[in-house]
Amino acid sequence: MVEPQMTVTLADVVVKRRGKTVLGPVNLDLGTDGFTIVIGPNGAGKTTLLKVLHGVERISAGTVNWSLPDDQARQAQAYVFQSPIMLRRSVRQNLSYPLQLLGVPKSEIAHRVTHWAGQIGLEDALDFPAPRLSGGEKQKLALARALIRHPKVLFLDEPCANLDGRSTREIEALLSTATQAGTRIIMTTHNIGQAERLATNVLFLLNGKVHERGTASGFFNAPHTPEARAFLKGDIVE
Amino acid sequence: MTDIWAGIQAAFRLILTLDADLVEITLLSLQVSLSALVVASMIALPFGTWLAIRRFRYRRAAIATLNALMGLPPVVVGLIVYLLLSRSGPFGVLGLLFTPTAMIIAQVIIITPLIASITHQSMRELWAEYHDLLISLNTNKRQRVITLIWDGRRTLMTAALAGFGRAIGEVGAIMIVGGNIDHATRVLTTAIALETGKGDFALALGLGFVLIALALVVNLTIHALSRTEREGTW
Repeated sequence: MVEPQMTVTLADVVVKRRGKTVLGPVNLDLGTDGFTIVIGPNGAGKTTLLKVLHGVERISAGTVNWSLPDDQARQAQAYVFQSPIMLRRSVRQNLSYPLQLLGVPKSEIAHRVTHWAGQIGLEDALDFPAPRLSGGEKQKLALARALIRHPKVLFLDEPCANLDGRSTREIEALLSTATQAGTRIIMTTHNIGQAERLATNVLFLLNGKVHERGTASGFFNAPHTPEARAFLKGDIVE
Repeated sequence: MTDIWAGIQAAFRLILTLDADLVEITLLSLQVSLSALVVASMIALPFGTWLAIRRFRYRRAAIATLNALMGLPPVVVGLIVYLLLSRSGPFGVLGLLFTPTAMIIAQVIIITPLIASITHQSMRELWAEYHDLLISLNTNKRQRVITLIWDGRRTLMTAALAGFGRAIGEVGAIMIVGGNIDHATRVLTTAIALETGKGDFALALGLGFVLIALALVVNLTIHALSRTEREGTW
């Protein structure tokens, strides 16, 4: 059986907070595969766009349409926050929690938990309280907790911010594996080098709007707009 | 000072000789207060948690009312329950007045707002911490309440223990609805009130020390059973 395609269309989406437009209007189609990096200066609306796509940010105008019914679309997504949110439980219970919500059988949960704990190097810390892990370990656990559900689409909001090089490398490896396994990834980052390493396509946001988009190689080698060129050079862009 | 010393001696004597009356009223005190605690917790924990995560029009008014109800005068509660359960009252047919059940009902009314209010405060903080994750995981309201109660269980235990403390030390309401009947509805607090009225301060103090010891033992037992200190670091 062919799995249903998972695409999303944003039409004239606007998000306002306290009367101020923080995003939009945005018109966007995102395809079924690839690794999209959302970049832009602080306050450009990167996180807001991710949250709109994930359905956890209330929009003031416009529509967000997934190609699957809402419930199925939500179940097929996962989100990793910039500051990892750990349940006040053990590593094992953090990993098993999303599977319990989905009603996955216990034996399958145990199997997947062991597998993913091994993937993030926490197989010996399964019964350790998750909130007491280091920053890098927490972020890896948050990523594993998202991937353990086998999401079709994974949103990541600067998952490597404040992490050391080793943790960043481990997370990037997990993300590459996930992409190869067919997970569609949409991620924000401030790290241009990381964007170049991971992205297949890029959305450049400025002042709440999609200022430029294209393939990663096209964007990084020959950006179309002066703002994108300035941003890639490290200039201050407003 | 003499009375206090005599009270300590009386307390030791009562405990060491396992005084039959003392054992009876202590067990009834425990039975009434723990039953009230269980019933009140079953109402207050989900309600306080629900109040923390739910947004509705009169939420602030509901929270303010709940906080105000923490200060419910026990004597007034006792009087209202008395009127409801008396022969001429709407529930008189149940014949509950002057029974331990009536005492439990009164205590449930007194401690439910206290437990719910403390639950709401602590669950509000936990909800702020978990909000994005639980929304992102597409949890329904029931799953959110269960998750918050489970992960906040150690804090909620404090709420429950506060409720137990209020219940075990309560005298006004249970005196009215229980009647302080010997071998039927006499508990530690009503016995203390009686002995004080009779002028037997030593015995009253002795019972008071037993009451304090009982509250301490229950608190320590619950802490030990739930391993608060061992796992409370997360």
